[in-house]
Amino acid sequence: MKILVGVKRVVDYNVRVQVRPDGSGVNLDGVKMSVNPFDEIAIEAALRLREAGKATEVIAVTVGSQAAQEQLRTALAMGADRAILVEAEDAQPLTIARVFAALAKKEEAGLVILGKQAIDGDNGQTAQMTAAIWDRPQATFAFKLEVNGSKAVVTREIDAGLETIEVDLPAVISADLRLNEPRYVKLPDIMKAKKKPLDTLSLDSLGVAAAPALKQVKTAPPPARQGGKKVKSVEELVSELKNRGLF
Amino acid sequence: MSRVLLIGEFDNGRLSDGTAKAVSCAAAIKTGGVDVVVFGAGDLSGVAAQAVKLAGVSKVITVTHPANEHPLAAVIAPQVVAMAGGYTHVLVSNSSFGKDMLPRVAAVLGVPQISDIMKVEGERTFQRPTYAGNAIVTVEVPAGLTICGTVRNASFAVAPEGGSAAIEAKSLDVALPTSTRFVGRETAKSDRPDLQTAKRVVSGGRGVGSSENFKVIFSFADKVGAGVGASRAAVDAGYVSNELQVGQTGKIIAPELYFAVGISGAIQHLAGIKDAGTIVAINKDEEAPIFEIADLGLVGDLFELLPALEKALA
Repeated sequence: MKILVGVKRVVDYNVRVQVRPDGSGVNLDGVKMSVNPFDEIAIEAALRLREAGKATEVIAVTVGSQAAQEQLRTALAMGADRAILVEAEDAQPLTIARVFAALAKKEEAGLVILGKQAIDGDNGQTAQMTAAIWDRPQATFAFKLEVNGSKAVVTREIDAGLETIEVDLPAVISADLRLNEPRYVKLPDIMKAKKKPLDTLSLDSLGVAAAPALKQVKTAPPPARQGGKKVKSVEELVSELKNRGLF
Repeated sequence: MSRVLLIGEFDNGRLSDGTAKAVSCAAAIKTGGVDVVVFGAGDLSGVAAQAVKLAGVSKVITVTHPANEHPLAAVIAPQVVAMAGGYTHVLVSNSSFGKDMLPRVAAVLGVPQISDIMKVEGERTFQRPTYAGNAIVTVEVPAGLTICGTVRNASFAVAPEGGSAAIEAKSLDVALPTSTRFVGRETAKSDRPDLQTAKRVVSGGRGVGSSENFKVIFSFADKVGAGVGASRAAVDAGYVSNELQVGQTGKIIAPELYFAVGISGAIQHLAGIKDAGTIVAINKDEEAPIFEIADLGLVGDLFELLPALEKALA
């Protein structure tokens, strides 16, 4: 069984993003970029399935610009077998999902594992949209994943706690935070990753038409949170809390 | 004229607050009506009776089918698609169900989705958070497309009662997949309030120092009836498990009162508490960034201050 994993190049989670003063978006000049943290978890989940003998090949896929090669190399260093970069600038989830569905069919994938959301756009849509377009089951927000033959049993994080579902394969999984802890990449693996195949494809070559997109009217910083005051003692803190009706 | 289809949710016969909040969002769109649809396997009259009372709701539609016993996205989505034709907007709360289900609907309709609507600016124009709330984007849905959106719970109030909508039972002729099957559900049974929904939350950071020391946090939380969280630094250090992580890659929460204890205030943590009502910070480093956003700050040793605060509030 082949597994496709999604890899998105995003602003590193430790960077404080700045909204451009003209409201045209956030400033990405010179900002550190990384693999979306939830995608690292997705990659790890796929690698563990391969290491357990339940998958034969892990293919890392990104939809973006050539710069995303860097993140695909990280996925290859973690252990993915090969990588595919589908060139598209600023693609929104529906277009990306069309790409994943087209690749899943082309590669005859048994599983597509994606992060539950990317920490830039925070849309949280691509996995579900991929499943819908591919007309296959989905198991989002995965906390635990077991593959048994032609089925997967997935425990999902839901508002009320945990829910377990069984899906027939092929299927799409989206990884939540607790699914695993991704491995660290070692230097020899980075060297090895340079020799692994990385193909570039276009939307056209996959027969994918760019989907209708949301128009971004403007971007603004959130209302600023003002720091309040420092209190000198526990007693003063207690009286402040009581004054505010919080106790 | 706009018409909104809102997918309602319920648990144990009770309509969710998220649904009642999404009604407020729907009512903020200039509309010719808001229809709430609920899907279930049994008698839906009790849930429907709660929905009809919400101001702004024009009709409540019940769809009863054995396959709807559990809210599985793959099963519910095709039914929503079948109903979407008569509506300009399809909305659902940004609950785990809403987030799971609606993108399937949008993808089949071939339209983009707006996740986490914070504010309605116009019939087709909405605000939503990106970068964990650090950049608020105004987006517009191109003309001619059905508008699909999830409604951010923390941004809307529960719709007031006072409506008197009609109830209509509907059956849909849609082929439903059997490739997704419900196995079971485990609801967290802790005496401690759930981190995500608690009105008070106490979080510990690296300053707590060890897993053993976290007892101080748990003890204080139990005394003030709070949920417990942790910073990513505390989770990475192995003090507590990552289900407690508050922040950009953990849980994004909005309690009325938040205590950040021994937390320096990394960006990734602050992203998770932006919507908290009052933030109290206790940290021995008076230069810690957490004090820049805390409403009330107390500089000092948490191991002295927290037990003292516990005693004072008891």
